[in-house]
Amino acid sequence: MKQVFAILTVIAAIVVLWYAACVPMNIKGVLTEQERAGAEVQPPSAKDRRDMSEIGLTLDNSFAIPATWAQDRPRLPAPHQVAVELWETTVLKKITSKRSLIYHAWVTLSATMLGFAIGTGLGILLAVGIVHSRVMDLSVMPWAIVSQTIPIIALAPMIIVVLYSVGIQGIIPKAVISAYLSFFPVVVGMVKGLRSPDAMQLDLLQSYNATRGQGFWKLRLPASMPYLFTSLKIGIAASLVGAIVGELPTGAVAGLGARLLAGSYYGQTVQIWSALFAAAILAACLVGLLGLMERSVLKRMGMAQ
Amino acid sequence: MNTESTTQPVIEARQLDLTFQTNDGPIHALKDVGLTINKGEFVSFIGPSGCGKTTFLRCIAALEAPTGGTLTVNGMTPDEARRNRAYGYVFQAAGLYPWRTIAKNVKLPLEIMGYSAAEQAERVRNVLELVDLEGFGGKFPWQLSGGMQQRASIARALAFDADILLMDEPFGALDEIVRDHLNEQLLALWARTEKTIGFVTHSIPEAVYLSTKIVVMSPRPGRITDVIDSPLPKERPLDIRDTPEFIEVAHRVREGLRAGHGDDV
Repeated sequence: MKQVFAILTVIAAIVVLWYAACVPMNIKGVLTEQERAGAEVQPPSAKDRRDMSEIGLTLDNSFAIPATWAQDRPRLPAPHQVAVELWETTVLKKITSKRSLIYHAWVTLSATMLGFAIGTGLGILLAVGIVHSRVMDLSVMPWAIVSQTIPIIALAPMIIVVLYSVGIQGIIPKAVISAYLSFFPVVVGMVKGLRSPDAMQLDLLQSYNATRGQGFWKLRLPASMPYLFTSLKIGIAASLVGAIVGELPTGAVAGLGARLLAGSYYGQTVQIWSALFAAAILAACLVGLLGLMERSVLKRMGMAQ
Repeated sequence: MNTESTTQPVIEARQLDLTFQTNDGPIHALKDVGLTINKGEFVSFIGPSGCGKTTFLRCIAALEAPTGGTLTVNGMTPDEARRNRAYGYVFQAAGLYPWRTIAKNVKLPLEIMGYSAAEQAERVRNVLELVDLEGFGGKFPWQLSGGMQQRASIARALAFDADILLMDEPFGALDEIVRDHLNEQLLALWARTEKTIGFVTHSIPEAVYLSTKIVVMSPRPGRITDVIDSPLPKERPLDIRDTPEFIEVAHRVREGLRAGHGDDV
């Protein structure tokens, strides 16, 4: 109960701060609108207002504060505006509608899942190779690290252009970008997990004259499971980011990335924010789902109590 | 060294040397170690840290390769013996797989060695009974006490019925009461199975209570300073530790340890 209260307090504080931030952010736009509508604004000239601080303007025109939370195209939309937009574009729209966030989220989610599957598979394979071969350890690992130092926003257009030139488009390029981001945490986590058995465990297998394959299936792989799930949680969030980034340079018409892009073209800040929240909620659901899978798998393995 | 020539030697070491190359220069872990262990003996290795007792056990198990001298196990090289699954090894920590139940942990070597499913089940049942863990096969390791876990790891080492049991301070991490109990059980188990046991320990009473032969070792370089054939009878109740014979053997071990490394005790 105490925890619930603490959590609600934090959320309430964030919401209050957000509402407070909306006032100075939006006050200039609001005053311009109010002036056009015939209200008396201090100072009356737009030129004078331009050079004044937002705080000062707010203090002089406190009557305009409620309006900063209700603009059509605010610089910073208020929480309830985002919530209303989210509600209208999910629950109230048909899923098939091009304005439904669920439709766009599904487009992004399908690329995310495909990319996540490719990235996870690739990551596990690389980790197995790295753990079993010194040559792969020395040659692959540095490249895996370097690959993550290149900003994905710079690389994404190139991946799309290259794949397009060989006739691949649609979901695949997005999935490739998403896989590119998600394989890395899986490699790192799995390498650590596969190497987690200590010297004693390996000696024990040696005393049984076990083969390397037996050592992998009976010891290394099960020992790596907790590490794998931790990596998967990071990987799936990275996958979602990859899929969204993959939608930006193509000028895609569908997907959460496309919503972000369209929103910024037309100054639809409420739409941008609601797309951002949709992405965050989606990521939270995916990570939560993996958490549930982790609990049930580890419990079945006897590794969680 | 010893004279029990009527029985057949299982482990023979002659002028065994092992030098580790480390960044701080070579470390002479074993020097000129000669020892014969006969079938059915219970041999303890006792000495301070760094005396090479664990290293010697690991050489027998082919987990370490000597740099000089000869060592045979069952008349073969240690590595051949390992590949023939000549020994079961019990480590200081139980090292059970947390994702396997006790029965499945005991089954691990049997799976690796390719026993049939029926034989696996039968052997698991037998060895769990041998270490008094019937009824615990379905539990996970974390559900058992430290002593029970170590018993399960002994069952795992016994499961494939190797003639030799090598134990590296198996009860070192357990408290005195549990240790006494396990020592008693180990003797009973040894009497039933007639295995040859190599047992590394830090504890003088434990070494004297368990062994037919006590090998006293000392460090820098690791070597054998005394080999004591125990005059104690095979039947050993716990209170044998209060008899004059026991105290005399313990005294000789203590003297051997003191002589071996001067004042550093």
